[in-house]
Amino acid sequence: MADFLTALPLFSLALTVCAFQVGAWLQKKTGSALFNPILVGGVLVIGVLLLTGIDPEVYDKGTQGISWLLTPATVCLALPLYQHVKVLKKDLPAILTGIFAGSVAGLVCIFFMCRLFSLNHELTVSLLPKSITTAIGTALSAQNGGNTTLTSVVIIITGVFGNLVGTAFSKVLKLNDPVSQGVAFGTSSHLGGTSKATELHPVTGAVSTLSLVVAGILVAVLFPIACQFL
Amino acid sequence: MKYITQTLYILLFTLLGELLQAVIPLPVPSAVYGIVLLFLSLSIGLIKEEQISDTAHFFIALIPLLFVAPVAKILQYWDVVAPKLVAICVITLVSTLLIFAVSGLVTKWCQKGKGGKDNG
Repeated sequence: MADFLTALPLFSLALTVCAFQVGAWLQKKTGSALFNPILVGGVLVIGVLLLTGIDPEVYDKGTQGISWLLTPATVCLALPLYQHVKVLKKDLPAILTGIFAGSVAGLVCIFFMCRLFSLNHELTVSLLPKSITTAIGTALSAQNGGNTTLTSVVIIITGVFGNLVGTAFSKVLKLNDPVSQGVAFGTSSHLGGTSKATELHPVTGAVSTLSLVVAGILVAVLFPIACQFL
Repeated sequence: MKYITQTLYILLFTLLGELLQAVIPLPVPSAVYGIVLLFLSLSIGLIKEEQISDTAHFFIALIPLLFVAPVAKILQYWDVVAPKLVAICVITLVSTLLIFAVSGLVTKWCQKGKGGKDNG
């Protein structure tokens, strides 16, 4: 009976939505950014899977019923981008400079930190594209001898981390205008950060969307250059 | 009915994005092609905001929920991540903060520079 229930895609969906809602409820109750619905939801799901012994692969298969929504949902980000294009036009040089500086700084930082931890070529290549959207990041990793599984894991950690700390970190850095905040979210933590940016302010969301697209393409161009130093 | 029509439009743009990804030999994800296509179509008036906005906002609000399953998926990849866990976490978190700070602050400085010119 239990096996029958847990094997249903509906069970995976219900578990995911429940875990997320618990996180959202905790965040509302405590007002703390630490109770991030994605983080709390993910940890709760892992806990349930470990406690009940449900096969993670069965759960994962079940969530495919909603995971396909990610692509059309991302496409929808074109709407806030279009609505706020006037603001973006004015600040476009500043936005592009920011994305470029952040992406280059990121590649250099990851490169040297990998050396510091004496990680091998495969691990370094897998970590380098960690701040861009999964589809581009894993492709770059694969083309250069990286481990795509590891790349997708660090991309997810990056997205959740940006979503989690972005708001507080903006305050520390005194990034209080939607444009520079949006660039920071989109360049550093792709869709995970952009999702938070959209909640903060529509302009922040629009700039973050633009940044995630531009940063993804930019890192794809810079990646072969970075690999020459490996 | 409104929602179904809007969903249809959004799915059409997503499919066109998938099609471009299949045809163009670049590591650009279908979602990026989709964003560009939808943005251009809105800009030239091929499609109007009201024709997608309700469903689009619902879809955008769903994005955080779609991250829960990938987080849980890390459990499946544990064997790959575990041996270098500390290094991977430190590098990932530090570089994310650095990119956040550099991209945000550089944008802010550039805006200020431009504002100064406008005043002078």
